[in-house]
Amino acid sequence: MSNKYETVIGLEVHVQLATKTKVFCGCSTAFGARPNTQVCPVCLGLPGVLPVLNRKAFKYVIKVALALGCDIQKTVKFDRKNYYYPDLPKNYQISQHDMPLAYDGKVTIVAEDGNTTDIRVTRAHLEEDAGKLLHDPGLPFSYVDLNRTGTPLLEIVSEPDIRTPEEAHRYLVTLKQIIKYLEVSDCNMEEGSLRCDANISLREKGAPGFGSKVEIKNLNSFKAVRDALAFEEERQAGLLDDGEKIVQETRLWDEKKNVTVSMRVKEEAQDYRYFPEPDLVPFEVRADLVEEMRASMPEMPRERALRFSRQYKLGEKDVEVLISEKDIADFFEQVAGCFDKPRVVCNWIKGEIMRHMNERGTDIRGLNLKPGDLAKLIKMVDDEFISGISGKDVLEACIETGKDPAAIVRKKGLEQVSDEGALEGIVEKVIAENERSVTDYKSGKTAALSFLVGQVMKATKGKANPKLAGEMLRRKLG
Amino acid sequence: MENTGRKKVITEDDVRYVARLSRLRLDEKDVTMFRGQLSAILEYIEQLNEVDTEGVPPTSHVLSSMKNVFREDEPGVSLSPEEALSNAPEKKDGFFKVPRIIKEA
Amino acid sequence: MEDILSSIDGFKRWLKGRTGSLADAARFLTDRISSIDADVRAFARIDAERIARRASGLEKAGKKGRLYGVPVAIKDNICAKGELTTCASRILEGFRPPYSAAVVEKLSAEGALLIGGANMDEFAFGSSCETSCYGPTRNPWDTSRIPGGSSGGSAAAVASGEVTAALGSDTGGSIRQPAAMCGVVGFKPTYGRVSRYGLIAFASSLDQIGPITRNVADCAAILEVISGYDNRDSTSVNMEVPRYTESLSEETGGLTIGIPGEYFRAGIAEGVRSRIDEAIKVFRDLGARTVDISLPHTKYAVSCYYIIAPAEASSNLARYDGVHYGYRSPGPGGLEELYTASRNAGLGEEAKRRILLGTYSLSSGYYEAYYLKAQKVRTRIADDFREAFKACDCILTPTSPTTAFKIGERVDDPLTMYLSDIFTIPANLAGLPAISVPCGPGENGLPVGLQLMAAPFNEETLIRAASAFERNTEHHKLRPEGL
Repeated sequence: MSNKYETVIGLEVHVQLATKTKVFCGCSTAFGARPNTQVCPVCLGLPGVLPVLNRKAFKYVIKVALALGCDIQKTVKFDRKNYYYPDLPKNYQISQHDMPLAYDGKVTIVAEDGNTTDIRVTRAHLEEDAGKLLHDPGLPFSYVDLNRTGTPLLEIVSEPDIRTPEEAHRYLVTLKQIIKYLEVSDCNMEEGSLRCDANISLREKGAPGFGSKVEIKNLNSFKAVRDALAFEEERQAGLLDDGEKIVQETRLWDEKKNVTVSMRVKEEAQDYRYFPEPDLVPFEVRADLVEEMRASMPEMPRERALRFSRQYKLGEKDVEVLISEKDIADFFEQVAGCFDKPRVVCNWIKGEIMRHMNERGTDIRGLNLKPGDLAKLIKMVDDEFISGISGKDVLEACIETGKDPAAIVRKKGLEQVSDEGALEGIVEKVIAENERSVTDYKSGKTAALSFLVGQVMKATKGKANPKLAGEMLRRKLG
Repeated sequence: MENTGRKKVITEDDVRYVARLSRLRLDEKDVTMFRGQLSAILEYIEQLNEVDTEGVPPTSHVLSSMKNVFREDEPGVSLSPEEALSNAPEKKDGFFKVPRIIKEA
Repeated sequence: MEDILSSIDGFKRWLKGRTGSLADAARFLTDRISSIDADVRAFARIDAERIARRASGLEKAGKKGRLYGVPVAIKDNICAKGELTTCASRILEGFRPPYSAAVVEKLSAEGALLIGGANMDEFAFGSSCETSCYGPTRNPWDTSRIPGGSSGGSAAAVASGEVTAALGSDTGGSIRQPAAMCGVVGFKPTYGRVSRYGLIAFASSLDQIGPITRNVADCAAILEVISGYDNRDSTSVNMEVPRYTESLSEETGGLTIGIPGEYFRAGIAEGVRSRIDEAIKVFRDLGARTVDISLPHTKYAVSCYYIIAPAEASSNLARYDGVHYGYRSPGPGGLEELYTASRNAGLGEEAKRRILLGTYSLSSGYYEAYYLKAQKVRTRIADDFREAFKACDCILTPTSPTTAFKIGERVDDPLTMYLSDIFTIPANLAGLPAISVPCGPGENGLPVGLQLMAAPFNEETLIRAASAFERNTEHHKLRPEGL
């Protein structure tokens, strides 16, 4: 994009709160059930039923509000947003209009170079999710599944403080990290528990006010958000360069073609006829409730990062990896609590543990690895009781079977052989059988020694203490 | 006292607009009739402007004792799929069936 | 026809004196209803077989509750599991809720024999029972006249002796006004006293279910059963329910009754006025003290109501769109066509009028001038009552400015129709309990109702005062001719 323009981006994020039941009724919020099996008269919007607010959903919003540094409304009310759509069985959504539960907060994002920027949060409010519509390709019908209807939804609206698609991406990563730390949502974009719409406009650098904004929908991943905004930035700059006007509209991101497409040219002015929901009473946010929520907050990512580098003397990059998810950071601390070499623990987590997570496509919990077991394992390697290679095998077996690593070592007979007497014969044999390497070593090619150590390891099925084997070889070839 | 001086008598276009918002389609005869009736009612309602409501809080819930009513996050009873769809005018494979939602081009 | 249903106790005696099953008794009762209803048309439908089956169920259950076998009519806007419940609207054609209202559960638990489908104004929009899709119910006292509304079917069924008691719903007088016009007792409890769970909403912040009966004792008995906290209704109040039946025999000495000048100024029919004056004298003779009080914002109540109630209704009725239940227009076309065609054909004219009015007052640019303004005036009206109850225990007024009018007389004049609720609307706006009791015949021998209102949750005061009035007058014993 030519640097004539400044990009202005605001994001609207919807997060499904991880309550067991819906926001106004006792139906399950579990994902993936058969259609219309998690519904009751309340979420079906049948005549005569009434909503009753889920206390946990309310508390979760307060937690998020505190984490985003928001002001919190003293008395909370809900409003009806009236519009017709078949995934909204009452034809109104219970939401919050003029008095959102939380307002005036911020998300601090850290750029690649370590600089921080605050993105202001305008508001965060609680509302009910709508159902899902499926379309029959080729047939003039749509099908309505109301399982999702009434799932508690937290809407977080940013100020138009974001200036680049990359910043938008970081905002989302950071917001997701915060929400996951609070354990109030699993923020899974594939299952729709985190959704994002973006508003983007361009203005000439230094110009006051804003250009006409375009809303982008159908953003199904963080990458899609970044790509769609980058596309839209270029598209709008191109139009402006050609002296054309930007049409205020909603556009859909087409992930396959990597373009945004106009959804409709002319939108009828929305008239939602908000008014206070008479079926719900006002809710006071008392100071003691806020304090209770504050006390229940975990240490948040930024604070934890600072503490990690201080307490564990780890580098910035290592810290970022460890704190990226609360579960990983918790796991690290539990292991480091049992084995007091944080850097060694960090390397195991960054390396082997994350490899297993990736291979298995699971998070750290999904590995079902006890922190104490990993600590034991790392200690055995560190003490040279077993070799590093064996350590990796034991970890694999640990994850597969859930058994105690010491027991696995015993059973597999992996204890490292550090007894010279036991290795003597094998070392002799390796020297005898590898004349070429012996000659190389003697003529000054020290690298040949590694090969010979390798042969000793091979002959002992990895059990030989490689350090000892090296020493013995050096002595004998001396 | 709020006095906007705005002409409040409802026009036929207003009637058509609110009919569209409420998903009602009125023929011209209905529009004329409803405009007349709604005008009479709204003119009568104009008397509310006589009431001084400066600093008066609005009442959404008449009893101030009504507040902080929650339910705990505990599962309730859901309907069986048969019950859930028992009143559906049209259904298919466990879904409510509607005409396809046509996106305006 | 023998008046076997004049009271709960009378019915119980009659039932005891019978041989045969409760289902037999139920068949006898439904036959009787069908015969009387040929003229009155209090019910949208009577499914004698279902009612007999329900009676068998009650008998098999073994436990005989406080209302065992007592026939109680249920207004067609109160849900009972598996029973047709249509709000007298075509748009809810065929609708059988898969759940029961809290009041239905409570009455059933006490063994009441529920008889659903009591006719009403469509979605309770009306004061005459003329907007029902099933056609009007007639006043048992004069079948050329309206029974009042919107719970006209409930009141007419009780007045004609078809049932012992009925449930109605009251948003702006819909229990009290038809009770007055049919010469029976009607009670609107404090907002929050009775669960609204299962009451198909008209205006959520005003609606309340209550009993219609032939006498105050039965009213207290039914009220006692249906009142109480329900965790499915956020506006249900968690307060202990007093034994209303214990207030019946208390005397009225020491009671201070407020007479609000604003209710007696103009527009009251002479026949109504004189009956109310006599009633005031009865209370004085019983040792009650009367004081003049002022409710200065009374004249704004109708305006305030006709902003708030239609606004809430416009939103509450948005769900009737032909998608998930109820009437769906068979016509071809897309989704928007389905919405408008279903609503156009399914909703009656009064429903459309109120939806249009309510949508208008909430629409962009008008919210503050109308809805918000009305909510503020509502505060003023409620404040008037708070102030007044510092000086009195209850407030006495006519229930309605006139006796029952002729069918068709006001259908083309909605404003006049709306204004006829002037005396009953304030109690809904202020959330107060209020009762209407018969106080003698007015013009043409038609019943006149006396309204008593009390401070929130002072239902007992009303039972006590109304019961004393009833004990010392004969008005409640009057019966429509030919029944």
